Amino acid sequence: MTSSSTHADMAHAADSHAHHAPQSFWSKYIFSVDHKIIGLQYTLTGIFMAVVGVYMSYVFRMHLADPTAHIPFYGVLSPAAYNSLVTNHGTIMIFWVAMPILLAGLGNYCIPLMIGCDDMVFPRVNRLSFQIFFLSTVLLLVGFMAPGGAFGGAWTSYPPLSAKVEYNLTPHGNVIWLLAVALEIVAFLLGGINFVTTAMNSRAKGMKMFDMPVLVWMIVIATIIFMMSVGPLVAGAVMLLLDQTLGTHFFAAQGGDPVLWQHLFWFFGHPEVYVLLLPELGVVCEIICVFSRKPLFGYKTIVYTTFMVGILSMIVWAHHQFIAGIDPRMASIFSLTTIIISIPVAVIMFAMIATLFKGSIEFKAPMLWSIGLIVEFLLGGVTGIYLGSSALDVYFHDTYFVVAHFHYTLIPLVAFGGFAIFTYYFPKVTGKMLDERLGQIHFWGSAIAFNFIFIPLFFSGLAGEHRRIYDYSGFAELATPQMQSLRTMATHALLVMLAFQIPFVINVIKSLLKGAPAGANPWKANTLEWTADSPPPHGNWAELPEVHRGPYEYSVPGREQDYWPQNAPN
Amino acid sequence: MNHWIKGASSYAADIDGLFWLVTALIGFWFIVAQGIVIYFALKYRRKEGVKAAYITGKSWRELNWVFIPVVLVVMCDGWIDVATASVWHNVKETLPPADQKVGVTAQQWAWTFRHEGPDGKLGTPDDIVTVDDLHVVVNKVIHVDLQSKDVLHSFSIPVMRFKQDTIPGRSITGWFKPILPGVYDVQCAEICGIGHGYMPARITVQTQADYDAWMKSIAAGATALPGTPSAAATSPAPQK
Repeated sequence: MTSSSTHADMAHAADSHAHHAPQSFWSKYIFSVDHKIIGLQYTLTGIFMAVVGVYMSYVFRMHLADPTAHIPFYGVLSPAAYNSLVTNHGTIMIFWVAMPILLAGLGNYCIPLMIGCDDMVFPRVNRLSFQIFFLSTVLLLVGFMAPGGAFGGAWTSYPPLSAKVEYNLTPHGNVIWLLAVALEIVAFLLGGINFVTTAMNSRAKGMKMFDMPVLVWMIVIATIIFMMSVGPLVAGAVMLLLDQTLGTHFFAAQGGDPVLWQHLFWFFGHPEVYVLLLPELGVVCEIICVFSRKPLFGYKTIVYTTFMVGILSMIVWAHHQFIAGIDPRMASIFSLTTIIISIPVAVIMFAMIATLFKGSIEFKAPMLWSIGLIVEFLLGGVTGIYLGSSALDVYFHDTYFVVAHFHYTLIPLVAFGGFAIFTYYFPKVTGKMLDERLGQIHFWGSAIAFNFIFIPLFFSGLAGEHRRIYDYSGFAELATPQMQSLRTMATHALLVMLAFQIPFVINVIKSLLKGAPAGANPWKANTLEWTADSPPPHGNWAELPEVHRGPYEYSVPGREQDYWPQNAPN
Repeated sequence: MNHWIKGASSYAADIDGLFWLVTALIGFWFIVAQGIVIYFALKYRRKEGVKAAYITGKSWRELNWVFIPVVLVVMCDGWIDVATASVWHNVKETLPPADQKVGVTAQQWAWTFRHEGPDGKLGTPDDIVTVDDLHVVVNKVIHVDLQSKDVLHSFSIPVMRFKQDTIPGRSITGWFKPILPGVYDVQCAEICGIGHGYMPARITVQTQADYDAWMKSIAAGATALPGTPSAAATSPAPQK
């Protein structure tokens, strides 16, 4: 602990040799202030929660495929448990999987390594951030043991359902859920401060803002969007907590306004989508450059359009509320802004595609996942146009079409992107290479099965199937054998996709035990993290690197090597 | 969208037309973009001795490869926006004069419908109150007055392409004009507690003659019911 604290005080002082005193297991891995360990703590917690969240989706999909079944590894699902699983699946996948893995884990691990410094600016704030996050994780899971069960009012937690026990019937679950979400947000605010200040202040000698890898830009912009949008949600959460516990009337029908919560929630909730999107796009930019040996097409254009995405993301939120009772004239404005936001996102996607042009593409596992992300995300992106169109949303709102749409954005981002990150950085983090053949099996099996889960659900949604329904037998139009076969197909595909995670687990264990040594730069990449040892030691480099050029100088004419590391002195 | 679900209201065809317009436009872009990604991925696979081109995309000339498609995307966006605004205006911003009015009250977990009685006025003692069973006359503009007793619900009739949240403490008026007689599903499309899935209702669209006959049969059988407009009399007690 002492050495860690010392380290904190002079985090970016250059004398890293001061911290090499042997540390106990606890101070090295549990109470560490090292950005890499904290990044891994976030990532591993996120992976654990991903297993929990996927298990929940397994349970309710099994139930939907056969409502009377005794579900293996669960039992019989009750309506109350169904609601709490649906609710917590959404909550966990957004707040406890996507956020810690894509933003906190990736940002913590990569930012200092990519900009060439030895740690975050505020390492102890960083440690506090993870500790609060961990507490929030425990708290959320404790909700399942509370008398009355876990909260079941959807991850959006609309009052009055979420505000009053007599409506939601979960006397403790609703409060615990809200506190856990609020704590989680505090954790990310603390972490976010670090991301922005570190990227602004701790860049290696010679690294200008536009020499930063685009991934760092994306994480910084995502963090800024998060910080700008989260305030109203925190305020709303406090008001909702008071409604729940003290009986105030902020969101009550008499004296308050139930719809106010929706504004506060979605003012955060929609920018949040871009908070998750941007780091992923950053990773994909890095990976497609490395594996096609090409400079990133239109680097500055991508950065500027990303800022535009950030600004526009703040003024689209009410497209979640077209039919929620807002003024219909307002809907037209939000429909317009929502459809406009497709423009900068299209710029970024087109630039990524253009990067492939005349490349020398090698389909190693990280590249497969990245191209898979682009291909699948395109479907998620274009189906968003239906929902952004207010008139069509009248029909599609709260149907399975919406469910299929956002899973086509989030699963490419979180699962495809997560595996891209995992396979790309595994050699750096562990010093071992993954098995390529198992990686290919894992990719193709998962990617194909994924489409068979959610394409049927687009059609359920088209036929009018609404979300979060425990039992469709009361709806003549939805209880038909054709509709049931769509549900069953999705469930079967989910089981196949789960089965294809086995090669991944085998791959990880096998590679950890006897993978080929990776060396510092197995992918022959330019960015600075690949100049550190694998795994990088505490302090990252014995001597901090100096930067001479931008991050994407691949295949420069007249050079023998097709890459040119940022720190190489010509 | 008739292939998946009937369109039974006057504006269902407008919404479905918008659906096909969006499908055509985004379908085009989707196929083009996918085609290019897959073409590039296959064509530019690594070959021994072939070096990648050094293209940075810094010059405007190169960036046009991105910006020209984007301008075309913007034009498609504009088209969708204009078409959307016109349909939306028709469906949600205008309110044609009512031929028949229905009071809809949502609660955990049932729908109470108040129909105009023989006097043709809503809110009078001869109103016909039903639970989970809505009757309307075909080819008449129906105004629904949506209220909630407890939490948010959403009054949704997929075949009518009608959906509107109900909010406690507020009364929201929506409209649709059924054009196809039949019996259809009514859903609650906003999660409203553990009975959310157990809130189906049905809507019967019928001719004026059938409707009058139905009204008479109810009025005859319902003399024992209190005539005051009290939904609680005919609906299950709210869950506590």
